[in-house]
Amino acid sequence: MKAAIVVFPGTNRERDMALALKRVTGVAPRMIWHHETDLDGLDLVVLPGGFSYGDYLRCGAMAAHSPVMGAVRTFAAKGGHILGVCNGFQILTESGLLPGALLRNADLRFLSQDCYLRVENDQTPFTSRWTKGDVFRTPLAHGDGNYTADPATLERLEGEGRVAFRYASATGQVKADDVASNPNGSLNSIAGVLSENNRICGMMPHPEDLVDPLMGGEDGLPLFEGLVEAVVR
Amino acid sequence: MNKPATVDVALAREFGLTAEEYGRVLTIMGRTPTLTELGVFSVMWSEHCSYKSSRKWLRNLPTTAPWVIHGPGENAGVVDIGQGYAAIFKMESHNHPSFIEPYQGAATGVGGILRDVFTMGARPVANLNALRFGSPENPVTRRIIDGVVRGIGGYGNCVGVPTVGGEINFHPAYDGNPLVNAMTVGIARTDKIFLSAAAGVGNPVVYVGSRTGRDGIHGATMSSAEFDEDALSKRPTVQVGDPFIEKLLIEACLELMATDAIVAIQDMGAAGLTSSSVEMAGKGGVGIDLDLDAVPQREPGMTAYEMMLSESQERMLMVLRPDRTDVARRIFEKWELDFAIIGHLTETGHIVVRHKGEVEADIPLAPLADQAPIYDRPATTPVPPAPLEPVHAPLSLDAMLLQLVASPDLCSRAWVWNQYDSTVGGQTVRRPGAADAAIVRVDDTDIALAVTTDCTPRYCQADPKTGGAQAVAEAWRNITATGARPLAVTDNLNFANPEKPEIMGQFIAAIEGMAEACTVLDFPVVSGNVSLYNETRNPDGSTTAILPTPAIGGLGVLENAAHAIGLGMQDGKDVVLLGATLGALGQSIWLREILGREDGPPPAVDLAAERRNGDFVRTEILAGAITACHDLADGGILVGVAEMVMAGGIGCELDSPDSGIRPEAFWFGEDQARYLACVDDGAALCARAAAAGVPARIIARSGGQDLILPSGVTISIARLKNAHETFFPALMDAR
Repeated sequence: MKAAIVVFPGTNRERDMALALKRVTGVAPRMIWHHETDLDGLDLVVLPGGFSYGDYLRCGAMAAHSPVMGAVRTFAAKGGHILGVCNGFQILTESGLLPGALLRNADLRFLSQDCYLRVENDQTPFTSRWTKGDVFRTPLAHGDGNYTADPATLERLEGEGRVAFRYASATGQVKADDVASNPNGSLNSIAGVLSENNRICGMMPHPEDLVDPLMGGEDGLPLFEGLVEAVVR
Repeated sequence: MNKPATVDVALAREFGLTAEEYGRVLTIMGRTPTLTELGVFSVMWSEHCSYKSSRKWLRNLPTTAPWVIHGPGENAGVVDIGQGYAAIFKMESHNHPSFIEPYQGAATGVGGILRDVFTMGARPVANLNALRFGSPENPVTRRIIDGVVRGIGGYGNCVGVPTVGGEINFHPAYDGNPLVNAMTVGIARTDKIFLSAAAGVGNPVVYVGSRTGRDGIHGATMSSAEFDEDALSKRPTVQVGDPFIEKLLIEACLELMATDAIVAIQDMGAAGLTSSSVEMAGKGGVGIDLDLDAVPQREPGMTAYEMMLSESQERMLMVLRPDRTDVARRIFEKWELDFAIIGHLTETGHIVVRHKGEVEADIPLAPLADQAPIYDRPATTPVPPAPLEPVHAPLSLDAMLLQLVASPDLCSRAWVWNQYDSTVGGQTVRRPGAADAAIVRVDDTDIALAVTTDCTPRYCQADPKTGGAQAVAEAWRNITATGARPLAVTDNLNFANPEKPEIMGQFIAAIEGMAEACTVLDFPVVSGNVSLYNETRNPDGSTTAILPTPAIGGLGVLENAAHAIGLGMQDGKDVVLLGATLGALGQSIWLREILGREDGPPPAVDLAAERRNGDFVRTEILAGAITACHDLADGGILVGVAEMVMAGGIGCELDSPDSGIRPEAFWFGEDQARYLACVDDGAALCARAAAAGVPARIIARSGGQDLILPSGVTISIARLKNAHETFFPALMDAR
């Protein structure tokens, strides 16, 4: 799998993502500066976490207009695989590559903690190593992770199976009004969504930070293993 | 600030210089200084920059060891951690700004200490914060906590450096003067460490980072005086931070450091352009010419005085190789940061500042440094507290335990930690609360660092020497309890007004205790910061001094990160108490929280026992015998056991003490040099301990979901956690 990580000014989880990708591919991914526009030959483009442009406007709004994002749109149109995590998810929604938006966390504070995600669709390159209903642990760290969408969009996402992950309790119970299991107050407890062709996935939590037993577990590893399997042709 | 008309002794006094100090300025200059020159002298000779009250005593601290690469005197301390890597670390206070403007005060505290570390070539890998707040009942406290926690998170989370540890205490003595001590740890190759001594006459002096504005002018002077009722009117002297620019600055500097362009580099911290240029040229024994017209400016019409004194954040000063300035310029342009050649090194030995065709300052650097005032201030030796009269428990053991784990100083800090990104970087092996020290792996190696901050201010108040020793010993224990080898410390010495003999006496005694502990434990001080005048003048004319708070930031190393252990109770183990229990209740949390008293002597610190017991514990951890470990401190044995139970989610059944000590003294006494350890075979561990001269006994067997007291009374983990986790949300989220 030829993977690359896009680095915007203010990106700060590119090294975490590189560790996770290297873990499954054996090679360090390419780092792409936001001024670059050549994505030829890549199987996977990752928009990692951080505070692009300081998040001083809406999170991800400035980065969505970076030169590289034009190339990312073309890459998407050609059926390329794209993973956006945290700020990367925000950039994907700001770019219109994924529907919905990420609002300030419900309690208005930055949250850094472990959460549990329930896999809602196992027929995607991002989730194929899990079975629908599986629950895994992952860290989250964000101030603006409260997913929302208008009712029509939400209905479509739910109807088309485009919710990839939902926040849940450790035993898999989903309860949107429960702060303990849905800490940022996301609509329908949505933690990750998919594009129509299932090749673009955006999610707020950080599976890339839980791929090593030394760091507390490998719960996030199946996402990256599944990607390698799906995109290596 | 309006530009005052005449430079004289009255203006000098306004700038914080005494008449005698101003006389010294006149002698050095041989004429009346310009306003800019007076500004330079006043900040360089401020307590904050010159350490004039503390320098004499700081020399008593041990600063060397075979693994120390750079001790005090550089921007941060540097120690060898093996495999060609160095850890670079320092702690620094931002106390006064954090009271005036908690969010920006704390945020810029984090920003400043990050720059001290990456200016030496290190990628910052961990942040910690030692915080002291006033009484929770004081309505101001809530606002200060909220701002400080948001500020630390807002800055640290954005720059992408994990905040992995720290400590929080509450005491009314901090009501008008909270303490915010920020620590950063970075990693560099031992052969790529950058220093600040300028060299090479003619070499360009380059300014990078944010533009200079009028913020923070005379911040260093503000930090060198006690607070009065007008403190809040000083808000304009607090700087405003921009963590996004800092992040760009980190990446740009590290990118430039991979080349051979840099001769010397220093961040512009307190006293900004003045201290960085004066110190770089002074250390290198060269002169420096600055052309202020070239300084990137945020607003028009700034005077030389304002530019030299500005404390605008996120700025660095570098001396470059002249043939590499283009390489450097391209890197900073890539990161969209200002880059300006603002001067060059000279052989004059003077700092010459030009602005709009005028020479605004021309000061000989050697006397500016060598003739800086140094004071041997009068001091009174602290009086040792009277022994504690016998005290008796008014409540049952379980009721006292629940009250203690719920108390402000012992309750869960999760509400705070959960606002700090502790995992960014992907190297956090043990997060806050999981072990006695945070564990962070060094990228591309098996090595891990163990980091902690510690101090028990109420001990320091009662007996500064013992308190100073205890702070060092506790940091050393916390590192030891993870299996790591303690290497060195950074210190942040927070005290009140040193012009008062009793405060100076506290300072001297605390240093004496620290020095003894650092020596016996082979734990030298490699960097640090002194914050004095932490004292508030009340409306009635009286003053409130903070508790003496010599905060210690400790760093240790593990050759293999996988050997690190946590503090969570494990199932089916013997729980062994290591170290001698005498039942010291003087100055204990129990005495304060249960009986409402703060008296008696603090627990004695027996450094030989610390060393012996700690070395034994570390050996047993690395041998694989001890699989979870917790040092005993505030709250004693029973609180320590409860903390292990809550962290691990596994209960235990305690044996009857049979110690000849009253139960409350046995369970809540705060004797030092003690650890609790989970082992498979407690008897075997006790036998090995006996052979090593370490007191040891099995006190519990782990398992189940309850903490079972010797009386048979049972406390469920859920009930413990409920008590433990209520304080912060109740205080902070109450609507």
